[in-house]
Amino acid sequence: MLDDFVVRSTLGGLAVALAASPLGCFVVWRKMSYYGDATSHSAILGISLSLYFSISIFLGVFLMALLASLVVTLFVNRYYSADTILGVFSHSTLAFGLIAVNVLPAQNVNIESYLFGQLLAVTKIDLVYIWGGAITILGLILFRWKKLLISTVSEDLTIASGLNPKWEQWILNLGLAILVAVAVKVVGILLVTAMMIIPPAAARPLVRQPVAMVLISTVFGCLSVILGLLVSLYIDTPTGPSIISVAATIFILSWIGVLLYRGTRLTMIIKPDKT
Amino acid sequence: MSLVKFNGVGFSHQDKLVVQDVSFTVERGIFLTIVGPNGSGKTTILKLIIGAYNPTKGTITRDADLRIGYVPQKLNVNDTIPIDVNCFLNLGQKFPSKKIRSIAEETGITHLMKVPLLSLSGGQTQRVLYARALLAEPNLLIMDEATQGMDAEGEERFYRLVNDYRARTNCAIILVSHEMHVVSSFSNWVICLNGHICCQGEPSLIFEDEKFVELFGKFPQNELAYYPHKHDHSHDVV
Repeated sequence: MLDDFVVRSTLGGLAVALAASPLGCFVVWRKMSYYGDATSHSAILGISLSLYFSISIFLGVFLMALLASLVVTLFVNRYYSADTILGVFSHSTLAFGLIAVNVLPAQNVNIESYLFGQLLAVTKIDLVYIWGGAITILGLILFRWKKLLISTVSEDLTIASGLNPKWEQWILNLGLAILVAVAVKVVGILLVTAMMIIPPAAARPLVRQPVAMVLISTVFGCLSVILGLLVSLYIDTPTGPSIISVAATIFILSWIGVLLYRGTRLTMIIKPDKT
Repeated sequence: MSLVKFNGVGFSHQDKLVVQDVSFTVERGIFLTIVGPNGSGKTTILKLIIGAYNPTKGTITRDADLRIGYVPQKLNVNDTIPIDVNCFLNLGQKFPSKKIRSIAEETGITHLMKVPLLSLSGGQTQRVLYARALLAEPNLLIMDEATQGMDAEGEERFYRLVNDYRARTNCAIILVSHEMHVVSSFSNWVICLNGHICCQGEPSLIFEDEKFVELFGKFPQNELAYYPHKHDHSHDVV
């Protein structure tokens, strides 16, 4: 079964969607989406270095992403806000990474396959890494769900409950680094953030509870992967961008639905049903 | 043993001295009000008590059995997260629904349980925050200008609720307030803060203290001017 590349791609894509949507909810709630960008841009440097030292790309990208979050956390001080440091780090590592790809004597690297992913070329070994990473992320979120949630709602209340909000920040940093590492092959560096942000953003206007947002965004994420793959296979479009385009379409449909619903409620208020 | 004891506590933030040489004790059943001008370090003292800040000088000792309920000045909720009152009350810890119901009734928020947190009014938010603080069965309840957004009547009701709870459970209350009539009718201990402790004592004595009068004017005055903002006096700290 795993010999069929369609099955492998579907499994790889679904794993990323299952981990990216719950993590993405926290990224959206904590307004960390730019953080995701910085982590993923640093991945290009991680890729060049892992090719040079011939270590696994997953490991290289993971370590680089973790380094990114470490540097950002340590450098946020009274001179710089987080978004400045993220801007410095994200674009510097992107620049150094692109130079490294050209300078380091690695055999003809197709950089585009890392920028936009190559889901259809996912191997069985890749699947082991991707599912391992996805399950780790889900485990982290499930295991610390309550603490993550309270620290996201209010830092003051977290501290008053005797918890240290910094721990939860690090849990999310770790999750983000793992996700970037496993998603490089699936949607590529440039679209990892989209995979995290768009499904939760599409779910947001439909829900009133955090759990509901996580569940619905996960459904949206999986739907995007399956439909995106189908589109990519039948009309031969690049896979990563197809998945994200489907997610974006779901986002638009979700808002159209919400606006229509509000519209009908509005007309009901203006013209009450007298039956 | 007292619940919390400050011994010569000082705190600096970014090389700036916020409070210095603060010593006081919090006993069980106390209704302590901290008064002081804006920027006098009132919120800093509260954050030192809950442990959000560590003192840069002196020591803070806490009873091993200290359970703090904290009602913040306002809730800095992330406006991006969908959450209703019921879910908010259960944040961080799951409480039996029977307990939630009884505390919701006591604080008058039963009808708000399914309402999104962000669509509450100021007064409703404060009552929800108070209910949340009570769920932990605190023996120290800390409130930072907890009645923002309430009218005078609501405020009176709110503090009566708090005071009833104190009478029933012997819970200590620490309150930061600008409302002198609250101080006079409920507190049994007042700390007057302006970077350091200007004076502390029972309300009736404090209102006569010349340092208090210097900072806030004479109390009680006429009923319309509870809190004259006399911020023109200076100290050698801060």
